[in-house]
Amino acid sequence: MNIQATEGYVTEDGRKIGGTVLDLKNITLRFGGLTAINDISFDIRKGEIRAIIGPNGAGKSSMLNVISGFYKPQEGEVWFNGKKRSAVKPYEVARQGVARTFQNIALFEGMSVLDNVMTGRLNLMKASMWQQALWIGKAEKEEIENRQKVEHIIDFLEIQAIRKTPVGRLPYGLKKRVELARALAAEPDLLLLDEPMAGMNVEEKEDMSRFILDVNDEFGTTIALIEHDMGVVMDLSDRVVVMDYGRKIGDGVPDEVRNNPEVIDAYLGVSHD
Amino acid sequence: MLYRESGDFKTSYKADNQTFPIAFDRYRYWVVLAVAYLVIPFVITDYWANAILVPFLIYSIAAIGLNILAGYCGQVSLGTGGFMAVGAYTCYKLMTAFPDVNILLHIVLSGGVTALVGAAFGLPSLRIKGFYLAVATLAAQFFLVWLFNKVPWFFNYSASGQISAPEREFLGIAVTGPNTSAWASYLVCLVFVTICAIIARNLTRGSLGRQWMSIRDMDIAAEIIGVNPLRAKLSAFAISSFFIGISGALFFAVYLGAIEVGEAFGINKSLLVLFMVIIGGLGSIFGSFAGAAFLVCLPVILKLIGVDLLGWPTDLVAHLQLVLIGFLIMFFLIKEPHGLAQLWNVIKEKLRLWPFPH
Amino acid sequence: MSADFLYGIEVIINGLMAGVLYALVALGFVLIFKASGIFNFAQGVMALFSALTLVGIMEGQVPFAHLINAIFGTSIHHFGWTVPAVLAIILTIGVMVIFAWMVQKFLFRHLVGQPHIILFMATIGLAYFLEGVGDLMWGSSIKRLELGLPQGGSLAIENLTSGLGGDDFYGFFIDKLDIVATIVAILLVILLVAFSQFTKYGRAMRAVADDHQAALSVGISLNFIWVLVWSLAGFVALVAGVMWGAKSGVQFSLSLIALKALPVLMLGGFTSIPGAIVGGLIIGVGEKLFEYLVGPMVGGATENWFAYVLALVFLIFRPQGLLGERIIERV
Repeated sequence: MNIQATEGYVTEDGRKIGGTVLDLKNITLRFGGLTAINDISFDIRKGEIRAIIGPNGAGKSSMLNVISGFYKPQEGEVWFNGKKRSAVKPYEVARQGVARTFQNIALFEGMSVLDNVMTGRLNLMKASMWQQALWIGKAEKEEIENRQKVEHIIDFLEIQAIRKTPVGRLPYGLKKRVELARALAAEPDLLLLDEPMAGMNVEEKEDMSRFILDVNDEFGTTIALIEHDMGVVMDLSDRVVVMDYGRKIGDGVPDEVRNNPEVIDAYLGVSHD
Repeated sequence: MLYRESGDFKTSYKADNQTFPIAFDRYRYWVVLAVAYLVIPFVITDYWANAILVPFLIYSIAAIGLNILAGYCGQVSLGTGGFMAVGAYTCYKLMTAFPDVNILLHIVLSGGVTALVGAAFGLPSLRIKGFYLAVATLAAQFFLVWLFNKVPWFFNYSASGQISAPEREFLGIAVTGPNTSAWASYLVCLVFVTICAIIARNLTRGSLGRQWMSIRDMDIAAEIIGVNPLRAKLSAFAISSFFIGISGALFFAVYLGAIEVGEAFGINKSLLVLFMVIIGGLGSIFGSFAGAAFLVCLPVILKLIGVDLLGWPTDLVAHLQLVLIGFLIMFFLIKEPHGLAQLWNVIKEKLRLWPFPH
Repeated sequence: MSADFLYGIEVIINGLMAGVLYALVALGFVLIFKASGIFNFAQGVMALFSALTLVGIMEGQVPFAHLINAIFGTSIHHFGWTVPAVLAIILTIGVMVIFAWMVQKFLFRHLVGQPHIILFMATIGLAYFLEGVGDLMWGSSIKRLELGLPQGGSLAIENLTSGLGGDDFYGFFIDKLDIVATIVAILLVILLVAFSQFTKYGRAMRAVADDHQAALSVGISLNFIWVLVWSLAGFVALVAGVMWGAKSGVQFSLSLIALKALPVLMLGGFTSIPGAIVGGLIIGVGEKLFEYLVGPMVGGATENWFAYVLALVFLIFRPQGLLGERIIERV
């Protein structure tokens, strides 16, 4: 199957994938003398689930941090929704429509689940400080409208029972789910998941896989995820980028990647000579 | 009437979002307001006003202000005294420059000016965090006090360097100056407290409040999900300083009437308000009231017991008070970092289920 | 050389000497911060408390006399003896070690793992507590500290330098006590560095500063190390308290002067001993020069705030301080 065409493609299970949402062109990122990402290009298309995999230290997380604007690459261009992104702050990237979760859960521990998910909608709430101070005009109406949207996501991810619980008290698996809810609440054009299944048992992994597929299905969200667990990734994703030592060593549909000799080498630890 | 939520079903998000979701709390809130507005003004004495009620109300505003900054936004400031001084001196300059303008407007304007000063001193918070910032706010504290002490324009070139509030009336009743009656100063402070508390509550439950809390809990994650740290931190500094400025203006104009800046607004004032916030509860409006009430009453009670009852010398009681306050700060930080407000919540939680333990 | 220029130099020299004392207090902060991540607001009060204790022991005061008198209606004040300075210093160090142990046992052991800002606020509480205890134990009146340290300007230096600047210049005026303080501070720094580099406990201390978990795993007792650094900080506080106390009497304002060690640290970086020293000197010279040059134009007493504002401006451009470790943020 040729998926290099610019006008999208149709997946095996019949989902229509649209045009390019994110296009990375020759990205290079260095920390001092260390090159974390070395001249990598790939794209993410509307509606697809795109995985970035690779062994430890391959530069996957750095890649995600470049996409979410937390790291600024020394070379290369990031094109998002057809526009070249110039040096922007992370919060501006979020406002353009990129939401993410974190490898080591980054929830707001002092706030309830509901408030955490509501923070995902901050950029969609427009009431001015004065309206909020006096709780007039847009402030209350907007609060309730957004609450309804958030409750929909809470239902969807099956965390209704804990909506008023402070996040600090939740177990690990639920925290991951709350984080997903928070990212979803932003209604992003691109959702980045940083090891969504790290540290989970088989059952939790299955739940999470189901949620990821459902999200993609129900909201049509474009998802880019980093994952360590090859098996899960191959089942979930439409296309896979494989990284090793900061380089891209494979890119394509799961089957293609699985049979790529360089990828096999990287995962089985064959020396590069 | 039992303290219960059963049977009190919420059928809309509006009802679920209200400040006091439990009916009993709502009734109590109205009762407290009714007593504060309709009963106390008629029975208040000079002693109660000056020793407890007026300072309690004024410190409550300051504590709410600092709580917004430290408790909600996580930026600890040791410059509260300096910002209160800005409020006081702005109020003084306005009162003397525009004697015909309503005094209440002056007080609000003092808050506005303090908000600007506070936002300016909040700028470093973008680069520096935690106790670095706390120490940096000491710059505001020492610089502002020095400024009001050394630049004669601020105290209208008075020989003593003090400022004293001229008499101003509202609706024909003196609210500042020596002829103010106890109930008038009490009511002025009460009105300001009520408005400030409602504004603070509204701000902290809305999207701005969530921005502050997200910065407090994890600033990097907050920025990545789309919170502009500049806007969030500076708005917290400005709004916090607005409240603190109002409290400083009231402290000077309505409560003391005459002040010397180093004495009234020194570093100890900053620490006192910070202690109110810690003891009352970081991140709680109710806690700000509880903390202010506690630290206003503590010296009064200690004096009653130590000096009046046991006949101990005053300085000894003052030293004991230092020990006790220091001890309580450490105690609360260890046992209950969310302060009196959390203790109160635990009691309410128990009450809701009483007589069952769980 | 003109007299003005020479007076400027004199200001700088005096600034350096004041800076040495700031650096001394700052050292106490750095010790504790490196080992435990606690930013000890109470360091200044510790200086005050240790100086009060020293004077109290030397004069044979009865501790808590005021309180005892109030409760039991007695009127005791002094034991009626005086204690020689050396013995009193040893006893005071003993008191500071007990204090260190108590702080560890009753306060910070219960706050392990809390955010830094909570620990910081706890030390503010500790500062109040210790100030109150100091007042209760020894009374709050200003005390003179008589250790036989030399006082007044050094005539030798004044005579030696008076020829430099013609008729308007009378030679450098330098306080003998400042000279002594400088020597003591330099000795103390050498001692501390030697201790941390060449002794078993010093190595353990550095290991803890580097990585708590790793230190624990090789069998270092964190508790012991923390008591040790608090004791050392207490000792440093005593030296600073003595120097300041000898200069201007032992009184509350001493703990406020010691607060200036905070901007010193912000300037120098919280984790660096050389940084504390350099920061101290910069602040000492900076505030004296500013007061000398700008002070008269703006009403004086700029020393109250100069150090803080300087540190603030500096931090905006270099948040980790002059010699501090770079702060790296990760997610």
